[in-house]
Amino acid sequence: MSEPPALLVDRLAYAYPDGHQALYGVSLTVRPGERVAVLGPNGAGKTTLVLHLNGVLTGQGRVEVAGLPVAKPNLKEVRRRVGIVFQDPDDQLFMPTVRDDVAFGPANFGLRGDELDARVKRALDDVGMAGHADRSPMHLSGGQRRRVALATVLACDPDILVLDEPSANLEPRARRELAEVLLGLDRTMLMVTHDLPYALQLCPRAVLIDGGVVVADGPTRDLLADADLLAAHRLELPFGFRLD
Amino acid sequence: MSAGHAHPLHRPGDSPVHRLAPQVKIVAAVSAVLCVVSTPRERFWAFGVYFVLLCAVWAIARIPPGWLAPRALIEAPFVVLALVFPFVAGGPTVAFLGITVSEHGLLSGWNILAKGTLGVLASLTLAATTSPGELIVGLQRLRVPNMVVTIATLMMRYLEVIGDEARRMRLARISRGHDPRFLWQVGATARGVGTLFVRSYERGERVHLAMVSRGWTGAMPDHGGPAGRAAWLAGLAPTVLAAVVLGIAL
Repeated sequence: MSEPPALLVDRLAYAYPDGHQALYGVSLTVRPGERVAVLGPNGAGKTTLVLHLNGVLTGQGRVEVAGLPVAKPNLKEVRRRVGIVFQDPDDQLFMPTVRDDVAFGPANFGLRGDELDARVKRALDDVGMAGHADRSPMHLSGGQRRRVALATVLACDPDILVLDEPSANLEPRARRELAEVLLGLDRTMLMVTHDLPYALQLCPRAVLIDGGVVVADGPTRDLLADADLLAAHRLELPFGFRLD
Repeated sequence: MSAGHAHPLHRPGDSPVHRLAPQVKIVAAVSAVLCVVSTPRERFWAFGVYFVLLCAVWAIARIPPGWLAPRALIEAPFVVLALVFPFVAGGPTVAFLGITVSEHGLLSGWNILAKGTLGVLASLTLAATTSPGELIVGLQRLRVPNMVVTIATLMMRYLEVIGDEARRMRLARISRGHDPRFLWQVGATARGVGTLFVRSYERGERVHLAMVSRGWTGAMPDHGGPAGRAAWLAGLAPTVLAAVVLGIAL
C-alpha cells in the first residue's frame, strides 16, 4: 500500500454561523515533504481553510492528515501532527518566558522532564533562539518573536507545518533569516501568504484560492509568471519584480 | 522556572528563599499575615518579634531594607489615616509625646500602622523572592481552579500588549490634533477605550485558537514537582514561630 498523502482535503465546504459561505468545495492533496504556498486575495478563504486542518473549524467534506481523519476522537493527535504558526506572534506567545511558551505545546501532548527539556532546547536551537530561553517574549524584536512562535510549534514535532503570513511585518533581514530557518527544516509545509516572492523562494508548488475554491495549482514559478491569472485574482508581484 | 519577566517588585536571586517552591512561600506569607492580623493590638512586643522574623527572612533572602523601603510606600495612605486617628477619635485622652490625643484613636492608629506595615512587608518579601510566573505556578499547585490560573497567566502577559496598543492608539489620536484637557473633551478617549475592549476581545479569541491548536484542554502545564517535606518545614518555620508568638499573645 502506498504512503497516504501528508494532507488530503476533499470538497471542503464551510459557512460561518452568520451565513457567510467561506469555502465552496476546496480539494487539495499535499505529499510528504512538499512545501506548498497557499495564495489568494483577502477574503479568499485561506485562513478558514487553515483552521480546518487541525479541526478548530469543521465543515462539510473530508480532511485527513497522514491518513487520519480530522474528527473529534482524533483531535489531539491531529493537533500534534498539524502545527499552525499564526500571523501575529503576540497571539501565540502568552507565557511569561520563551522557554515556558515553547514547552506549552509538548507539555499538553504529554511530554515531561528531560524529554520535554530536550524538545524545547532542540526547537529553540532550530530557530536560533536558544540564548533567549529565559527572556519574556515581550522584550524580543518582531523577527525574534516570529522565530519563537515557530519554535513553539516545532516543539510539538508536527508532521505538517502551517504558516499564516510568516513574513508579515518583518524587516528585510528578519524576513531572510526566517526563510533560512524554514528552508533548513525538513518538514511538509503549507504557507499562506500574500508575499509572492517569499512563496517563490520557499515553496516549489503553489495553490491559488479565490472565492472559496482552488482556482490554480501548479509550480509556483508558472503561477507567478501568469500575469493574467494574478490580475484576475487581485494578486500582483512587487514593483520591479519580473519572472522571465 | 526562571524569571524572565522584569517586574519592579521582583528581585531575582539565588538564595534559599528564592529557591523555595512557590506554593510553600504563598502559604507561609498568607498564614504569617493571618497571625499578624489576629494579634491583639495591645501586645506591642509581639509585633516587634514579627518584625525581627521578617528581618531574618530578608537576611537569608539577601534583600536589603533599602530596596524594600520605597516599594513599601504603597502603604502611605494608610499611614496618613493612622496618624489622623488619634486626633479625631473621641473617648478618654492620654498624653503622647507631649501631645494630648485620644487613647482609643492612638491604639486604632497603631493597629493600622503595625498590621498594615507588617502585611505590606510580608507581601513584598513574597513578591521579591518569587517571580510572577512562579506565583501562578504556586497557585496552581495549591489547587486554585484552572480557569483562575489561566486568566491570571493571560492577564500577566497581555496587560503589556494591551497597554502598548492603548499607547499606539493615543499617539494616533494626538497626532491628529486631539488634545483632551478637560472632562468634556474625553469623548474620543472613551471611544478609544471601547475600541480597545473590542480589539482585546478579538485578540482573546485568537489567543484561544492558538492555545487550542497546541493541544490545550483547559489546564496550564506544570513542569515542576510537589515540594518535599523539608521544603515545607523550612519554608513554614518563620510562620510557625509567628504562630507561637500569636499563641502567647492571645
